[in-house]
Amino acid sequence: MVEQILESLSRFLPETVLVGALCLAILSDLVFRQNRGIAPLIALGGLFLSLYYVTEQAGVSQQIFSGMIVVDPFAVFFKFLIGVTAILIVLFSFYSSEVQSTQKRIGEYFSLILALTLGMYLMAGAVNLLMMVLAIELTSLTSYILAGYTREAPDSSEASLKYMIYGALSTGLMLYGISILYGLTGATDIYGINASIAYNGVNEVTLLIAVILILVGFGYKISAVPFHFWTPDVYEGAPVTITAFLSVASKAAGFAMMIRFFRVSFIDLTPGGFPDEMWVLLQGIEWNKIVAIISVLTMTLGNLVAVWQDNLKRLLAYSSIAHAGYMLMGVVVLSNAGVAAVLIYFMVYLFMNLGAFYVVMLVANKTGKEDIDSYKGLGYRSPIVAVSFVIFLISLTGLPPTAGFIGKLYLFAALFEAKWIWLAVVGALNSVVSLYYYVRVLRNMFLRDPAEDKSPIEFSTAQIVVLIALVIPTILFGLYFAPLVDFANASIVMFGVR
Amino acid sequence: MQDFLQWLQQPGLNHFLLLSGILFSLGVFAVISRKNAIMVLMGIELILNSANINFIAFSRFSTGTFDGQVIAIFVIILAAAEAAIALAIVLNIYQNFNTVNVDEINQLRD
Repeated sequence: MVEQILESLSRFLPETVLVGALCLAILSDLVFRQNRGIAPLIALGGLFLSLYYVTEQAGVSQQIFSGMIVVDPFAVFFKFLIGVTAILIVLFSFYSSEVQSTQKRIGEYFSLILALTLGMYLMAGAVNLLMMVLAIELTSLTSYILAGYTREAPDSSEASLKYMIYGALSTGLMLYGISILYGLTGATDIYGINASIAYNGVNEVTLLIAVILILVGFGYKISAVPFHFWTPDVYEGAPVTITAFLSVASKAAGFAMMIRFFRVSFIDLTPGGFPDEMWVLLQGIEWNKIVAIISVLTMTLGNLVAVWQDNLKRLLAYSSIAHAGYMLMGVVVLSNAGVAAVLIYFMVYLFMNLGAFYVVMLVANKTGKEDIDSYKGLGYRSPIVAVSFVIFLISLTGLPPTAGFIGKLYLFAALFEAKWIWLAVVGALNSVVSLYYYVRVLRNMFLRDPAEDKSPIEFSTAQIVVLIALVIPTILFGLYFAPLVDFANASIVMFGVR
Repeated sequence: MQDFLQWLQQPGLNHFLLLSGILFSLGVFAVISRKNAIMVLMGIELILNSANINFIAFSRFSTGTFDGQVIAIFVIILAAAEAAIALAIVLNIYQNFNTVNVDEINQLRD
């Protein structure tokens, strides 16, 4: 028993480092009242160290803490993605005037970012229903606070209230679904649930209700229609750094947990079964069709509503809803190709979406505005930032030669392979719609004269370096994507799935 | 009537599932219909506790393991943490808006 725990602890180093850094950050905030610059550095150091231990876990595939969490290539991929995002967000926060204006509480901010990262790490690896709920709640509770971090701003506190009400309700519904699933199968880990459904058989209708309720929880985390109502308000009201974090890492963690849950629980692992066929144990209703419909609704609504938005943060919120729809297309297939496509898309989405939010943050720092009119003439006032923004937006649309194209290409290829032609067509049409509102921003930046102020906007060298660090992968992965694809293909291996 | 009373005298799994179902529905109803943020939070507590009743009832009557009871304890702690954060957020809302009516807090909209 003790040996098992020690063995587990050695596989739990990324999370342990995060907890340590979290405690240190809080302590440093208490002890060094005069020097507020220490907590951010501890956060950055802790994140780098934990990312190092995540890369050390490459190739491992085992269960730890008596089947609570697994460490497998799939989890390691998402931890890597979340870790990189967290580091970038901490860097963004150094330059965000919104965050830096609250110097007295800045230690809290960085410790909460560490706690949020910890919750997402756990979400990526959780295989036990209890662990899943705890991980989701750790992620949610910290993100409610962070969404309302600039508490003097009414927008920010409204965002946190809306986030909290929707979040608490959907985790409540999910918990009820989980309790029914536990009663049906008598198991608390997803492998036991799989075995129980496969060998004993369960009541189909009850299973259907339980899975729908659990889907509500996942749908909320990835902001899929019809559980998306919180997204635009929270993304608009929260500080930009937190919005960027939620739109990438929180979504990634939600997808990781959802894919693992559906893939492991409902494939046929019995001897003589067909482990390549997905969703087979959920009889009665064709689940892939339901997910396909959710995916179509999500991307169509996201793209159509984004057309009318004038606030850039809100526009990017709807665009991130649309992107969740694209990625759900991969969940519909759920084959190896489908999951690999989702992973590739996430890696690409990380750079382009964080880049877009970073530009919004830089411009808001200088102009104090986030609406689309304040971008008029940005192409002349600050060419580097405007050109980078163009690259991110083209990539978000999915046009070559940017990385966004590669992400969409692999998604559509997986759909064609699995004979989901109509879904691929809808996805392609949606990309055309999205071009319209992304180009609206480009037009404002380059073809419109600035209203009043025509003076150039200066940014510091460090800010430009971070920006370039996001532009390079966005272009590079569009031209040379073999390593990305290899990484994703190596990362679809889940513990317990042949 | 006599049958019903007899049914009530021998509590089994169904009794508890019925109770949790009622609590769950009341919770969802409260979240949907109440305007006061505190009332909405109370609805959410009802939902969490209905899940708890399910866990404990299944653990006692059907699965024969203690997993459900352990989960229930964790959920109680979780609900406490959630209530603490939720009340802090509502307090902050009250300071900014001078109301806790969720219908009036709508600065952010399309």
